Amino acid sequence: MALITCRDAAFAYEGHTAVSGLNFSVSCGDYLCVVGENGSGKSTLIKGLLRLKSPSSGSVLTGDGLKPSEIGYLPQQTAAQKDFPASVFEVVLSGRLSRSGLRPFYAKADKALARQHIRSLGIEALQGRCYRELSGGQQQRVLLARALCATQKLLLLDEPFAGLDPLAAQELYREIERINRKDGITIIMVSHDIASAVKYASHILHLKTEQAFFGETQRYLKSAIGAAFLGGEAQ
Amino acid sequence: MTAALTVASEAVGGFFAALPRRIPLLGELLEMFSYAFMRNALIVGLLVSLCAALLGVSLVLKRYSMIGDGLSHVGFGTLAIATALHLAPLAVSIPVVVLAAFLLLRISERGKIKGDAAIALISTTSLAIGVLVVSLTSGMNTDVCNYMFGAIVAIEDADVILSVALTAVVLLLFPLFYHKIFAVTFDESFAQATGTKTGVYNMLIALLTAVTIVLGMRMMGALLISSLVIFPALSSMRLCKTFKAVTICSAVISVFCVVTGLAISYLYVAPNGSSLPTGASIVMINVVVFLLFWMIHLIKGRVRA
Repeated sequence: MALITCRDAAFAYEGHTAVSGLNFSVSCGDYLCVVGENGSGKSTLIKGLLRLKSPSSGSVLTGDGLKPSEIGYLPQQTAAQKDFPASVFEVVLSGRLSRSGLRPFYAKADKALARQHIRSLGIEALQGRCYRELSGGQQQRVLLARALCATQKLLLLDEPFAGLDPLAAQELYREIERINRKDGITIIMVSHDIASAVKYASHILHLKTEQAFFGETQRYLKSAIGAAFLGGEAQ
Repeated sequence: MTAALTVASEAVGGFFAALPRRIPLLGELLEMFSYAFMRNALIVGLLVSLCAALLGVSLVLKRYSMIGDGLSHVGFGTLAIATALHLAPLAVSIPVVVLAAFLLLRISERGKIKGDAAIALISTTSLAIGVLVVSLTSGMNTDVCNYMFGAIVAIEDADVILSVALTAVVLLLFPLFYHKIFAVTFDESFAQATGTKTGVYNMLIALLTAVTIVLGMRMMGALLISSLVIFPALSSMRLCKTFKAVTICSAVISVFCVVTGLAISYLYVAPNGSSLPTGASIVMINVVVFLLFWMIHLIKGRVRA
C-alpha cells in the first residue's frame, strides 16, 4: 500500500489549471524528487499533497494510515521569518504542536524529542541562539529539525536549497539522505538542481504543467525527456 | 501575636503616612490615586496595555500592524453613531469592531485587494461616517476631541467593570493559546500543513485585538490606540532574542509606559493651566523607550563588530 497516491489529479488556481494528469504513487521509504521548470506546477502539487489545496479533478489518496498531522513539511522561507525573534529551540519545538492537540502546553516527551532532533542535525550549539541571526544553511537545518518533530513517516520539502551556497546545499543533501536511509522516512522534494536530484532520489516526477515523467531514477536517465533536461542543465 | 501584627501594621501605615512629607513627588503620586477617575484610568490602562502588548507581538510579526489602526477608526465611527443614538458606546462598538476585524482578516487572506489597501479603505470610510454623524448631531465639540485623542475623565465605572471582565478573558486565553499563537505567527503554512487549524487561531487573534482596541479607545483615543499595540513589540524586538522574551518584555514596557504616561499627565501642569493629554503622553513615553532600545541595539552591534 502506498503512502500517497494521485489518480488523474489536477490542481487549479482561480479556474486556471496549474498542473494536471497526475498519476503516481509514493511508497514507504521512497525518495521522490519533483523537477520541472518555473511555473510547471511543482509548488502547487506540494500544496495539494499537504491538503492545503483540494484537487480540481481526480483524487489524492493517503494510505498506510497516514494522517495529515503526520506529514513533516519544510516550506519556502517567508520574508517575515528572516527577522523573527525566536530561539532555535522554540522553532523546533513548534513542530510538535499538532500532536499536542488541545493541550495548551508541551509535554516533557515533546521537549525531549525536539532536543533529540536538534542533536541529530548537529545544531546543539545553536539551541539557544536567535533564529534570525543564523546563516541560511543553519536556518534550513532548524526547519528540518522542526519538520522531523512533526513526522515519522513522510517529509515534504519545497526547494530547501534556495539561497544556499553549494557547500551548505551538499551538506543538507547528505542530511536528507541520512534521514531517508537510516530513519526510513519517505521524502518528497521539489528541486531545481536536477544533477543532485538524480544523484540522490530513487524516483523522479517531471512536471510540465502536466505529468511528463514518473518512474525510477535509472529509467528517467535513459528516457528522452530526462536526457534532454539533464543535457540542458549541462550546457 | 496579634499585638505584634498590630504594631507591625501600624508601623507600615505610619511609614506610608509619613512618606508624602518626606518625598514630595511620591506624595503627589499617592494623592493621584485618591481621585476615582485616576484609579479608573490606572486600572483600565494597566489591563488594556498588557493585552495590547501581548497581542501586538503577533500582529507586528505577522505584518498586521495596521489592523489595529484600522480597527480603532472603525471604533470611532461606531462610537459616534452610538452616542448619536444614545446607546452605550462600548457595548455597541465591541461587536461591530469584532466584525470589522474578521472582515479585514478575510480580505488580507484572500489577497484580492492587498491587505494594507483594504485596511486604509475601511478605516477612512468609518472615520468619514463618524465625522458625518457627529457633525449632523452634536456638532464638533470636546466629546469628539476626546474620542479622537482620548480622555481619562471619560472612563466611567461601568467601563471599568466591562474592561476588567473582558481583559481578564484576553489575559486568560493568551497563555492557554501561547504556543499556537507562536506557531501561527512564525509559519502559518507549516502549522496548517501539519494539521493545526490556523484559521481558528487567526480569528482568535483578531477577536482579542478588536476587544482590546475598543476598550483602550476611551483613554488613548481612536487615533492613538494602535501605538499601544505596535510600540512595545517593536521596542522589545530590538533587544530580545526569543519569542518568550519579546512577549514578556513587551508586557513590561507597555505597563511601564502607561503608568509613567498617566503620572506625567497628572503631575505636569502647563503655564496656561491645562494638563498634558494622557494618550499623547503615553505614546511619547513609548517613543522614548523605543529610541532607547534602538540605541542600545546599535551600540551592542558596534561592540560585537
